[in-house]
Amino acid sequence: MYRYDEFDRAFLEERVAQFRDQVARRLSGDLSEDEFKLLRLMNGLYLQLHAYMLRIAIPYGTLSSGQMRRLADVAERWDRGYGHFTTRQNIQLNWIRLEDAPDVIAALAEVDMHGIQTSGNCIRNVTADQYAGVAADEIEDPRVWAEILRQWSTNHPEFSFLPRKFKIAVTGAELDRAAIRVHDVGLRMRRDDAGAAGFEVVVGGGLGRTPLVGKTIRRFLPKDDLLGYLEAVMRVYNALGRRDNLYKSRIKILVHDIGPERMAEMVDAEFQAIQAEGGVSLDPELVGRIRAHFAPPVYAPAPVEPPELAALERADPAFARWRRTNTAAHREPGHAIVNLSLKPHGRPPGDATSAEMRAVADMADRWSLGEIRVAHEQNLVLPHVRQADLPEVWRAAQAIGFATPNIGHLTDIIACPGLDYCALATARSIPIAERLADRFRDLDRLHDIGPFRINISGCINACGHHHVGHVGLLGVDKAGEEFYQITLGGSAEEDTAIGRIVGPAVSSAEVVDAIERLVDTYVRIREPEETFLDTCRRVGNAPFKESIYAAA
Amino acid sequence: MPLLRQGVAIEDAWTHLDDAAALPADAVAITVTGARWAAERDRLLARTGPLGVRLANSEAVDGVEGDLPRLGLIALHFPKFSDGRAYSQARRLRRLGFAGELRATGNVLQDQLLLMTRVGFDGFLMTAPDAERRYQAALAAYDHFYQPRRIVA
Repeated sequence: MYRYDEFDRAFLEERVAQFRDQVARRLSGDLSEDEFKLLRLMNGLYLQLHAYMLRIAIPYGTLSSGQMRRLADVAERWDRGYGHFTTRQNIQLNWIRLEDAPDVIAALAEVDMHGIQTSGNCIRNVTADQYAGVAADEIEDPRVWAEILRQWSTNHPEFSFLPRKFKIAVTGAELDRAAIRVHDVGLRMRRDDAGAAGFEVVVGGGLGRTPLVGKTIRRFLPKDDLLGYLEAVMRVYNALGRRDNLYKSRIKILVHDIGPERMAEMVDAEFQAIQAEGGVSLDPELVGRIRAHFAPPVYAPAPVEPPELAALERADPAFARWRRTNTAAHREPGHAIVNLSLKPHGRPPGDATSAEMRAVADMADRWSLGEIRVAHEQNLVLPHVRQADLPEVWRAAQAIGFATPNIGHLTDIIACPGLDYCALATARSIPIAERLADRFRDLDRLHDIGPFRINISGCINACGHHHVGHVGLLGVDKAGEEFYQITLGGSAEEDTAIGRIVGPAVSSAEVVDAIERLVDTYVRIREPEETFLDTCRRVGNAPFKESIYAAA
Repeated sequence: MPLLRQGVAIEDAWTHLDDAAALPADAVAITVTGARWAAERDRLLARTGPLGVRLANSEAVDGVEGDLPRLGLIALHFPKFSDGRAYSQARRLRRLGFAGELRATGNVLQDQLLLMTRVGFDGFLMTAPDAERRYQAALAAYDHFYQPRRIVA
């Protein structure tokens, strides 16, 4: 994985010192709150409902055991002993005091971490496939390019005050685990006819108030042209993106208004101008250094499917179920990718205590070459586990409650922090997730239902990505009461689709019953091997609508 | 309001005409809006004194592209410091070879000065009284850049 060099560290020290000065100038009154706000946001510091929240970047979702331990320490010393992993592979601490923020940021810098560009109208922390580098279906490790983009976009002098935030996601795999079609820019590695690797460039996807699926404006972009082409995209957006209306200022609205063809033309014209002046060069030595950081680790020889695994699967169906649900195929023989579910029944999705973070760090050191990933589904991943170690890893995960066999299933719920924390929210998300998890806690039933994704957002800004949940719940306020609008048929994967609203919003008291009736309807009408999403696409909303409103 | 040129406070040598103002004597250095430049271009180019243009951040820089060698000053406006359109205008103007003063006007604050110098601004009209000190502090904040120190030639 990427390790900071002297240059990265020196830059980060300068950034910490700059922010310390800015906080001091705010406290002395030299900076107004308006002037300070964007500066603190660009360091990840939000003012929330009850306190400051610090969003810490986990670039492309990769972190070391040492970094995880530092997050645990920081959460314990300056917060309330827990953190919340987000849908953008970051972690949030919800109870930071402004006076402490410079010290927190300095403590993070010691392990090469920061909150830079986790907020603000700039290019945000770049996300990637959480299985990058170990997925069996990958063209190339996308983190090489995500890291290049991190460096290129950090303190970019031209693109720090864009019309609105700008989110980039990269995947190198066939299966899209990075939700690239709902990002401002999505990059998918592919090969041209000659076999050279490059990128498909998708622009103008996004959720929020106006959910739109991104459009491909370039089928194949040679890798060396990536920065020049992205700079062209950014320049067109910086000049033409709307600034008169906060809700129409994302690039998706520009692309929607002028059309993807016109967008492609304008980007191409600017790209040609950039090329004519020599392009945005990628220093081959730098690319080589970054690539070396992501070279596959040296794996010790590991037995493939050691017989004791099959024996344990027979002896203990719970292990078999966990292995089937929570592990994924690894490109290296004899290894597996292990998902740690941060969705234990009865807990806020994505939360981990300091003790749990330390336990995960210990597991990573012992069984995963010291490396951890954060998935945008708000789970953690141990990317380099020997198959022979799976029984021990399973028991260790059980000991901290992270072995619920629900990855990709109904209780693996994506939820925003909601009204419990967020100043923007109109309804709570976490209690709904907890009640759903409780209702569907029976594992036999959960697995009979099969792949099923519920996403919950506490307001129209859609941080819980409800539009792309198979079932999406959007919290709305009706005369002071929390109601939930239900959408069906969304997906964030290769077959990206925006869910369709099913009917009037359902009250908080009724929503869990309504979902249960919907699930029961699916189980009754599904054809063999059909997932919920398949059935939903085959039959449409009607039968589900009937069941949702049956008792109302 | 202090005016900095490459970090040093100077007197403004330019007269900034609004669209209705009569043209002063030929030798006077004047700036006009982009709209007036478009409307009176030939008449303005016939003057012998220094010429400058003030562009709104919604104006494309193409309007002055052919005249850059004749322009001594282009002022780009920041209605709010958070409206970053002028960064791209500056970048494009320097790419087109503009060699005169590129002046940032409007809500020009200490914490954006370094970014502005990096896209080619070298003049800053600020409201803060101690502009020189702020400029020095801003530029001293970083020695390390992931992009070139200046992303324009």
